[in-house]
Amino acid sequence: MSENNSAEKIDKAKMNITDEVAIRISEMNKWFGTFHVLRDINLEVKRGERIVVCGPSGSGKSTLIRCINRLEEHQKGSIVVDGTELTTDLKNIDKIRSEVGMVFQHFNLFPHLTTLENCTLAPIWVRETPEKEAKEIAMEMLEKVKIPEQANKYPGQLSGGQQQRVAIARSLCMKPRIMLFDEVTSALDPEMIKEVLDTMIQLAEEGMTMICVTHEMGFARQVADRVIFMDEGQIVEQNEPESFFNNPQSERTKLFLSQILGH
Amino acid sequence: MKNYAYVREKSIPPSPPPLIEVGVIGWIRQNLFSSWFNSFLTLFSLYFIFICLIDFIPWAWGGHWNAKSLRECMDLDPNVACFSVLAARWEQLLFGLYPADQYWRPTLTFVFLILSIIPILFPRFFRYFWFSVIYPGLAIWLLWGGSIWSIAIIYIGVIFGVASFTVLSKGVIRSTSVNLTLSIVITLLFFLFLSSTLTEFLSYLIPISLPFVESLRMGGFTLSLIVGISGIVASFPIGILLALGRQSNLPIIKMICVGFIEFIRGVPLITLLFVASVLLNYFLPPGTNFDIVLRVVIMVTLFSAAYMAEVIRGGLAGLPLGQHEASASLGLTYWQSQRLIIMPQALKISIPGIVNTFIGLFKDTTLVSIISLRDPIGLASTIRADTKWNGIYWELYVAIGLMFFIVCFGMSQYSQYLERKLQTDK
Ligand SMILES: Nc1ncnc2c1ncn2[C@@H]1O[C@H](COP(=O)(O)OP(=O)(O)OP(=O)(O)O)[C@@H](O)[C@H]1O
Ligand SMILES: [Mg+2]
Repeated sequence: MSENNSAEKIDKAKMNITDEVAIRISEMNKWFGTFHVLRDINLEVKRGERIVVCGPSGSGKSTLIRCINRLEEHQKGSIVVDGTELTTDLKNIDKIRSEVGMVFQHFNLFPHLTTLENCTLAPIWVRETPEKEAKEIAMEMLEKVKIPEQANKYPGQLSGGQQQRVAIARSLCMKPRIMLFDEVTSALDPEMIKEVLDTMIQLAEEGMTMICVTHEMGFARQVADRVIFMDEGQIVEQNEPESFFNNPQSERTKLFLSQILGH
Repeated sequence: MKNYAYVREKSIPPSPPPLIEVGVIGWIRQNLFSSWFNSFLTLFSLYFIFICLIDFIPWAWGGHWNAKSLRECMDLDPNVACFSVLAARWEQLLFGLYPADQYWRPTLTFVFLILSIIPILFPRFFRYFWFSVIYPGLAIWLLWGGSIWSIAIIYIGVIFGVASFTVLSKGVIRSTSVNLTLSIVITLLFFLFLSSTLTEFLSYLIPISLPFVESLRMGGFTLSLIVGISGIVASFPIGILLALGRQSNLPIIKMICVGFIEFIRGVPLITLLFVASVLLNYFLPPGTNFDIVLRVVIMVTLFSAAYMAEVIRGGLAGLPLGQHEASASLGLTYWQSQRLIIMPQALKISIPGIVNTFIGLFKDTTLVSIISLRDPIGLASTIRADTKWNGIYWELYVAIGLMFFIVCFGMSQYSQYLERKLQTDK
């Protein structure tokens, strides 16, 4: 996939990882019916850390990050986000969801609301921010993703790349402490991928805690602190990007990398 | 170099599209006579319209309006319409057996009806929505009469309940559900113990009342509107709740909703109306006076709520799962996401089906003639039983048909306007 970003190295030293734990997943297991999708997942994410998750289709990457904000329910083990454990308690779930932003492969913007309304909805109803202030925050975020001029258009009138940036802005308006990205560029045309990746790089530089499921290896090299390779519902290998790409240990990782990088 | 290799050196400037035939002649040629088959269809349709109208127009246009009976009409000219029956009986067709000196009441109710739906139909006038809220009470009072306070007390009770909820929420108890339950209990206590005394007191203090008119006197188009509009207003929210219930994860709620919908849809409306008019009396304790119009409204409401639920379920099923996930991931609660994200879209998709159900409901109100309520169809039979008008058919039914058509056509036009207005992808 596109390697073109790796040229412009960003200054990773600026992005400091703290010792504070943002997410702790221990011994987590999940089944869909009798199908064991996630097996003994252990993962600790520090605040400010950027993690890229990759792996073959059907390996459970989406399921893993969807468990973090309870779009999927896990059956064994524990997930603690920002000190709050995910249980069946709806209060905890709502609290975690309002602090964890998520961006989807197919944008999932609300088509009946304008871009601006998409961005102000959750702050107004969940955070109870006054409308005027919510609008100011929304404009600020739309400026950050570089589309303030589209504020009064409907999602159906925007290009794919623009829609995805609105989706990012919509999550940012909730001032999340953690962002989850699920293959956010894979539904986009090549020329739009860059504009979305640039937005994500910018977020990374600002020190956002991020977990990105992506096959954009250039992006992974550039921003990731850690790359995780999953297969058959398990974490097979994790390492810092340099070693991960240049010196993969597991056979499955090697095979996967050779397929995806095309050599 | 290969012989297909090519490089453009001069770019072609844009030019206007070629002129197509314009004007009336051009339009006619393009749309009506573009091929021999199309021309044939055009001519055939024109001929068909012609033979439909050739008899009807002179019949309707030359119709008599002033004859005293059908016989007199026939003597004047047997080949034209005898609208005299409408001239003689229009008050009944509109108001049924309503006391003649009180006709202003249903008339005023009708005028207010139009005023009260404007804020709902056109968001521009939404600031007058308060009138739409008072209207149901106002209409009931105007139509049935009695003391104004016996209706107003319901509003007072509800305001009282809302106020107690607001006060409780500001107080020590944090939980919304506890506060809600408490304020509902308080409101019930209000209606059980306080309301009748308060009503009497207020009626004594400010006596405003209208002569009472009993339900059996309601009739004509007024009755159709009462049953139709109440049914429409009530079945819409019930239908939404049923549709949500049918999709619920809670098995008991799901079972109740599915059972209800399937039962009601499987039974003819006529049967439900008979239950309302006859059978219910066996089940209710003797001596209870459960208003017949109210009973019919309840049955019609339940009937169309079941259909409404299925229409809305179709809309809900048409929404991508991603919409639920996106709103959940932003931290919206179930009810917030239903109200702000899911329902607006599902209802938009279902507009044609919803309006279809409304139109069906409105026309089905004529079935109440079978349980001997005097809606326009029931009145038509009464009028034809009169020796003076014995044997009249067309004129009455054309007029009744026209009244229903105007209302139903209006609904259909509004739904098309709404669909255009809600289009957000162009
Ligand atoms: N709701 C579900 N019910 C049953 N099985 C599911 C469900 N969602 C996903 N699966 C299965 O779980 C496995 C993991 O799915 P997941 O979407 O997490 O994979 P992924 O790694 O994200 O793949 P991709 O790269 O194609 O997005 C797949 O085999 C999939 O078929
Ligand atoms: Mg996936």
